[in-house]
Amino acid sequence: MVTKSTAAERTRASTEPGVLALVIVLAWLVPGAGHLWQGRRQKGVIFLLALPLMFVTGLLLGGRLFPLQLSEPLVFLGAIADRGIGLPFLIARFMEAGAGLVTAVSYEYGNTFLMTAGLLNFLVILDAYDIAVGRK
Amino acid sequence: MISHFWTMVLFAAFVSVVFAVLLRDAPREQVKTGGLMLLAFVAVAYVLAWLLYPLPL
Repeated sequence: MVTKSTAAERTRASTEPGVLALVIVLAWLVPGAGHLWQGRRQKGVIFLLALPLMFVTGLLLGGRLFPLQLSEPLVFLGAIADRGIGLPFLIARFMEAGAGLVTAVSYEYGNTFLMTAGLLNFLVILDAYDIAVGRK
Repeated sequence: MISHFWTMVLFAAFVSVVFAVLLRDAPREQVKTGGLMLLAFVAVAYVLAWLLYPLPL
């Protein structure tokens, strides 16, 4: 007989290293997915809406998705922050968005939105990890 | 194109929502924390902007 696993059972199971890694990857790839998977529906839905929307706003404001250039430390850090959002970043790259319009008045605003969305998702990933190991 | 002020308010709103949901579990507390955080962000930015206004930057 097949039974559906409850959120509590998933939380208990998530203390296993493989499952923990899955939670982290899932939470990185889709903002809020780590929370949704662990039964924190309200938080997950808010992250799922707010973070990609913030990322898209950054793109609309003419922000740039920075390349991973070790020769330019600040650009490299910006690139790490950009990649924190996961799937929206990959989709934007696939669609060749985020070239950045340096002459746009909102260029720096766009960059700030893009990087902050990624950095906030890093915090969301840590929160999902804390839930998975039973700290929250 | 929205103004600098409203772009800043939009940014503050996104950050406030995410932080409030991360820090609080009850929806009522989330709204309260998020609202206070948004007000604080905007107020501090407004005061800083006026303080920096006379400087020749």
